[in-house]
Amino acid sequence: MDTDQLIKTLAADNTHRARPVSVVLALALLAAAPVSILMFVAELGVRPDVMTAMHNPFFDLKFAVTLALASAAVTISLHLARPEASLRGFVWLLAIPAGLLVAGISGEMMMPQRLPMMTRLVGHNSKVCMTAVPLMSLPLLAASLFGLRHGAPTRPAVAGAMAGLLSAGLAATLYASHCTDDSPLFVATWYSIGTALIAALGALIGSRVLKY
Amino acid sequence: MREREDEWTGLMRSAMSGDSAAYHRLLKAITPVLRAAARRGLVRAGQGVDQAEDIVQDILLAVHLKRHTWDANAPFAPWLFAIARNKLIDTLRRRGRRIFVNIDDFSETLADQPAEETASPGEVAAQLKTLPARQRDVLQSIAVESASIKDTARKFSMSEGAVRVALHRGLTSLTAKLREQ
Repeated sequence: MDTDQLIKTLAADNTHRARPVSVVLALALLAAAPVSILMFVAELGVRPDVMTAMHNPFFDLKFAVTLALASAAVTISLHLARPEASLRGFVWLLAIPAGLLVAGISGEMMMPQRLPMMTRLVGHNSKVCMTAVPLMSLPLLAASLFGLRHGAPTRPAVAGAMAGLLSAGLAATLYASHCTDDSPLFVATWYSIGTALIAALGALIGSRVLKY
Repeated sequence: MREREDEWTGLMRSAMSGDSAAYHRLLKAITPVLRAAARRGLVRAGQGVDQAEDIVQDILLAVHLKRHTWDANAPFAPWLFAIARNKLIDTLRRRGRRIFVNIDDFSETLADQPAEETASPGEVAAQLKTLPARQRDVLQSIAVESASIKDTARKFSMSEGAVRVALHRGLTSLTAKLREQ
């Protein structure tokens, strides 16, 4: 087939309209969410004292951090799905969840302490946290990568890492409602480890599957 | 040069709103530029230019299948050159060379004389043979025999919708096969 013939064929296919990447990503995440939620309900569940916990600003801060991470990662992923996109002007979005955490840690430092720092950091659920966040992320990670495959990222590994952050942010939001460790120090330590793990996995898989 | 880029953006906007003739004109217009850039990249990597046409076809397929990632409010050329650069790097990397492709390679070629097609491309043609019969027949009818969708539908006793589906699937799997090889 010479190039003129190929062009003719492509022009004939111009009537085909693909969905925007954002729509495909949203649909994929909606399809995967029940799997993660099922894992959550079956194994963990919402903590029993959730109604009182809601009045604790440090409990609420966990959701602000995880949701800020997820939204920043969604925005950056969709941006990176365009071939000419550069990270410039977008990376700072990730500073929002990090900044919230830092603010939380400083806030807690200024409170009259009931527990020593190491106790708050180590918490009670570090093992569960480090396992549950990555595991509940996996279905969402698969969905995010599927959605982003519809795009044309020039840096597949970076886009894959963003898919990892996005799925870990969502999984951590679920997990946060189970976990009784509300100290921002705990969140900064254990949530971050699980999130970094999934981001690395996303980058690894992304570098293979997100090439177009 | 600037004028030409603006013209491309205009054509792409018309194409995205359903004007297939504008799309055809756009693809014709960008091809010589892509060809010159592909040659330049190959020469710079110390390789023969006989692969240039395969790279051009690879880029055109990617442009086609990823055109929904183009933002109609953005200029078309940077989007096109990003895809072209990616595809060129990919091809050269697969041959295990260290390569440096600068985005300027593409902008510069805008000013160049249009290059003519020389060596005949083989990769798309070779992968075409591996497609399911229905998709291959439809692609060949439209590409080689220049038949319209309507004529192709009549020839194979298919509905026009089925021809469109086979055409699009054929192009998608062709692209997937090119990537895997």
